[in-house]
Amino acid sequence: MNENYQFKHRHIFGIEQMSSEDIQFILQTAASFKEISNRPIKKVPTLRGKTIINLFYEPSTRTRLSFEIAGKRLSADTFNISASTSSAQKGETLIDTVRNMQAMNPDIIVMRHSSSGAPNLIANKINASIINAGDGAHEHPSQGLLDMMTVLEKKQRLDGLKIAIIGDITHSRVARSDILGFTRMGSEVYLAGPATFIPPGIEKMGAKVCNSVAEAVTDADVVMALRIQKERQNDPLIPSLREYAIRYGINNRLLGLAKDDVVVMHPGPINRGVELNPDVADGKRSVILDQVTNGVAVRMALLYLVMGGEKGSEG
Amino acid sequence: MDELLVLENGRIIDPSSGVDSVGSLWIKNGKIVDAEDFVPSDARRIDVHGCWVVPGLIDMHVHLRDPGQEYKENVETGTNAAAAGGITAVACMPNTTPVNDCAEVTRYVLERAQGCRARVYPVGAVSRKSAGKEIADYAEMKDAGIVGVTDDGLPVIDSQLMRRAMEYAKSHGLFVMSHSEEYALSRGGCMNEGEVATRLGLKGIPNAAESIMVFRDIALAELTGCHVHFSHISTKESLDLIRQAKGRGAKVSAETSPHYFTLTDKAVEGYNTSAKMNPPLRSEEDRQAVIEALADGTLDAIATDHAPHTELEKDVEFDLAANGIIGLETSLSLSLELVREKKIDPARLVELMSVRPAQILGVRGGSLAPGDVADVTVIDPDAEFTYNVNMVVSKSKNSPFLDRALKGRAKLTIVDGRVVYQL
Repeated sequence: MNENYQFKHRHIFGIEQMSSEDIQFILQTAASFKEISNRPIKKVPTLRGKTIINLFYEPSTRTRLSFEIAGKRLSADTFNISASTSSAQKGETLIDTVRNMQAMNPDIIVMRHSSSGAPNLIANKINASIINAGDGAHEHPSQGLLDMMTVLEKKQRLDGLKIAIIGDITHSRVARSDILGFTRMGSEVYLAGPATFIPPGIEKMGAKVCNSVAEAVTDADVVMALRIQKERQNDPLIPSLREYAIRYGINNRLLGLAKDDVVVMHPGPINRGVELNPDVADGKRSVILDQVTNGVAVRMALLYLVMGGEKGSEG
Repeated sequence: MDELLVLENGRIIDPSSGVDSVGSLWIKNGKIVDAEDFVPSDARRIDVHGCWVVPGLIDMHVHLRDPGQEYKENVETGTNAAAAGGITAVACMPNTTPVNDCAEVTRYVLERAQGCRARVYPVGAVSRKSAGKEIADYAEMKDAGIVGVTDDGLPVIDSQLMRRAMEYAKSHGLFVMSHSEEYALSRGGCMNEGEVATRLGLKGIPNAAESIMVFRDIALAELTGCHVHFSHISTKESLDLIRQAKGRGAKVSAETSPHYFTLTDKAVEGYNTSAKMNPPLRSEEDRQAVIEALADGTLDAIATDHAPHTELEKDVEFDLAANGIIGLETSLSLSLELVREKKIDPARLVELMSVRPAQILGVRGGSLAPGDVADVTVIDPDAEFTYNVNMVVSKSKNSPFLDRALKGRAKLTIVDGRVVYQL
């Protein structure tokens, strides 16, 4: 890495804004934070006195908890707001909501929202740093980064790998962040799924679209299955979960086509028996729980870096 | 006493009479007259050297938001914006609150237009409340002053209703404007389907959502013999269908809007809600097809689809933002870009912005022959300016062209012989 490198992003909207050096730097920082979570006293004073609001307009278990733990392990004061308890139900606009939050002077707002681009909308209205925790079908940058961190740990590199992503790419912000991230780091990303799940022009983001799951998985270093979003079944994307599981579900037979040391990933939550066969999800190739562990480290790194990468009150 | 005005030394461009020459235009008591009918000594004289003198521009697709959404625009502010853009007449869409589906609303709009700076031609609703269930009372609206019918803003989903609307409109000398959108394909979409939408994670609207309905309404135009006009055409496929239909002699006409030949879906980048409209900004291939169709006669008119919205509707999440942009004040300048790029010549520009709209609407104007109404636009083709938010005349400021450097604009707008705007 260039020795003059500096991390310059005050907001994290997506992987799209990041150079390969940015990604490398975030992953290095995350790796250095990871050990904190294994200490008996899992807390450092780095962000003491900083206020972080986790503003979640969509349901989330893992991501919200992960950001909250990340903030608390850095000694920040964290607050969680979900749409069901906020003014959203009283008809307040998003901009008004965040302006009111700004009046209480938070340092970081971590936001999840069902509308793509919602973090961009509020970023220039307030002084706090914005971290996108998933916006519509746009990006989920911390997930993309934790996926890269996990692969880097397992493979010791991020270039020259074959990454297969199987499932509903159209509605997946995780897929977009992963495509942008892994290709930027020099890997090749192959996509497979029924055409109803492949959005037009996705090749322009650097991915290759395969005709079959087998083609995508063959010689893959990483196989990632995406969650079938059952709530989207009002749009006739697939005939049935049964047919999807048979044709597109990841099982051990299919994994026989991949490299011997293939790892299996999933952004969670899993529909067991649909996109992942239970044997695979719990099998030796699965790194799904490593992803979750790394999620905390990556989010600690992001919180730290958007605050300028400097230590808090204790210097 | 006679009201006399003479525009001197301008380049008079009047395609209806084949005129394109430097000279003077004489106006007396609201009419264009011959030089000999004129008493030069007591006339007001305006030197328009270096400018084009053309029949008043007519924008056949405008939302004035009056009645009901006057906080966005009203008849007065909308026609002020028109005058500032060199536009002497507008056709206003019926999707007001209440919908213009009866004579009372039509009369209300026309009363509001009294004394305004541009002529206003209301277009009535195809269906009662534009609900797509039953046709509205066209005859009484016609008597009150509508020039055509449309459910603009919404497609007429029911093909039988559209067929009956065309038949009934034809009986009453009205034409039907088609907002061509196959809703099953467009529903939930908020921009053009394609690479940009995929990258931004926004649900796309495919070209087929427009062309499927264009195909249907061409078929119904040929079935019924009613004149069907296609609003805000944005796709190559629609234009191919319209070109073929015209080749068969079908009674169809079509308009596009300046944004469709100026911008592509790349303008949405950064979740710019000022670039959100329906139909959406399309690909570069579509943009080029629109320009070609303006030149070859497939498209008849440039109309703005002027759609005022305030920050209440626009300063929100992209997928929740309202569709539409204002356009009255930038239409001429953007269209002049096509002339400078030699895509169309000045006479064709006048056909697209005045002659054909007058013919399609069946209204006065579109000509500078002696005896015609003195609706005149004087264009300074070389005037350079940057369109900025402080100069916007419309009540709403939702334009993707703010801060764009423009060249060419109206220097004088004259309605009924009266100067309503002077730069």
